[in-house]
Amino acid sequence: MIPGSFSYHRPASVADAVKLLSDLGEDARPLAGGHSLVPMMKLRLASPAHLIDLHGIAGLKGIRRDGNKLVIGAMTTQHDLLASEEVAKSVPILHEAALLIADPQVRYRGTIGGNVANGDPGNDMPALMMTLGASYRLEGSGGTRDVAAADFYQGAYFTALEPGEILTSVAVPVPAAGHGYAYEKLKRKVGDYATAAAAVVLTMSGGKVATCAIGLTNVHETPLLATDAAKAVIGTSLDAATLAKAAAAAEAIMAPAADARGPVEYRKHVGGIMVTRALQRAAANAK
Amino acid sequence: MAKTHVTMKVNGAEVEGLVEPRTLLVHFIRENLGMTGTHIGCETTHCGACTVDIDGMSVKSCTMFAVQAQGSDIITVEGMANADGTLSALQEGFRMMHGLQCGFCTPGMIMRAHRLLKENASPSEEEIRMGISGNICRCTGYQNIVKAIQYAAAKINGVEFREAAE
Ligand SMILES: Cc1cc2nc3c(=O)[nH]c(=O)nc-3n(C[C@H](O)[C@H](O)[C@H](O)COP(=O)(O)OP(=O)(O)OC[C@H]3O[C@@H](n4cnc5c(N)ncnc54)[C@H](O)[C@@H]3O)c2cc1C
Ligand code: FES
Ligand code: FES
Repeated sequence: MIPGSFSYHRPASVADAVKLLSDLGEDARPLAGGHSLVPMMKLRLASPAHLIDLHGIAGLKGIRRDGNKLVIGAMTTQHDLLASEEVAKSVPILHEAALLIADPQVRYRGTIGGNVANGDPGNDMPALMMTLGASYRLEGSGGTRDVAAADFYQGAYFTALEPGEILTSVAVPVPAAGHGYAYEKLKRKVGDYATAAAAVVLTMSGGKVATCAIGLTNVHETPLLATDAAKAVIGTSLDAATLAKAAAAAEAIMAPAADARGPVEYRKHVGGIMVTRALQRAAANAK
Repeated sequence: MAKTHVTMKVNGAEVEGLVEPRTLLVHFIRENLGMTGTHIGCETTHCGACTVDIDGMSVKSCTMFAVQAQGSDIITVEGMANADGTLSALQEGFRMMHGLQCGFCTPGMIMRAHRLLKENASPSEEEIRMGISGNICRCTGYQNIVKAIQYAAAKINGVEFREAAE
């Protein structure tokens, strides 16, 4: 399994990377951790003529607090996220989800930028980013723009990235102090993509849900925000009837593909269970 | 496709070679450098047999191009013995605890365990199992591999290795 031939470029700045991408056109692809792209190239499901390796661009790495946001450089790896005290303290669900991605070797190389830009419905970060209300900074020859994660995903492997653009950072609003959170992921084995997964971020007030966002991974060709399910739980104490209603509302928007992870009905069913579990655990750990 | 000149440090020695950009690091190590300790098991980034240590990270060398390793510092299983040629604690652990049967996964297991113990000198059994979750063994069922790593951790920490009661 040897990839097709390509030319390798290692620009030193975002401006150079953008210039290369726009000069070389459709046949050029950014290379981040390579842990989605290289396996596809080995299977010849992708055969870019040019790879623009982003590893030489120092400014694309790192995690910093900017007011009430956490700004994460695109080339920050899952391993870096797990090592960050700032992430564990201010957006702990990000730590929890990063730990459920693949295995240690993949996490040393796989980047947050690659994970969210890839557009694979199986990736875990996109639904999480939608749940957190994150936005992506995209830079192209025409300048810089910010796109909400919720507006970024248009279809499997099809995103709002325009040809010649790269994603430079992800901005995550830090959830309210005392918020509850949970990422529940059903997988066949450690290191696998989700059969179905749900992210919940909520706040509680007087024993009732005050605010809530729910995101879904790998139950549709794009990540989803389960808006109706979230609405259904607000103002409740998450009694059994409410949980069943929320799970049903989430299942109603799921349209997973039948694959080795199971038939459609099964994946929807367990998707609903992930929503229930995530809601219960998030409520339990809210302060 | 024009070849590129690459240099890197492998097991402490400067090495160089001419590679196509599409040459995977594992092929460079095995074919250009003739170091066949690093194995190819699956080529789909699942089995971990090709794991090497690069600049302080465990990396599946079948999923990185040799050109990307330009200038980096790599350790392969050939670099794991002690300076005097005796077996390192990890190698000894795999031997003493029967941590291998066919041995195919062993180089990757040792390289992954090497980095795991650098990051966490006294991992729990659970941490060892999670730590090697990117490495697949088709023979031993992991129990003895876990013991081998526990043996090495004890030896490195200078404490007596005690097998947990089963
Ligand atoms: C065995 C295995 C198991 C895995 N399990 C999981 C899992 O459970 N959950 C999960 O979420 N992922 C999983 N992954 C995928 C892994 O997390 C990838 O690393 C990740 O999806 C892609 O990140 P990357 O940095 O490797 O990107 P790459 O593979 O380098 O790039 C992926 C795509 O995004 C584009 N891209 C990358 N960076 C940018 C950028 N900054 N701007 C614009 N475009 C960009 C590339 O051109 C390419 O099309 C797994 C991978 C493997 C090999
Ligand atoms: S050969 Fe590299 S992970 Fe299997
Ligand atoms: S010892 Fe045979 S694959 Fe592990």
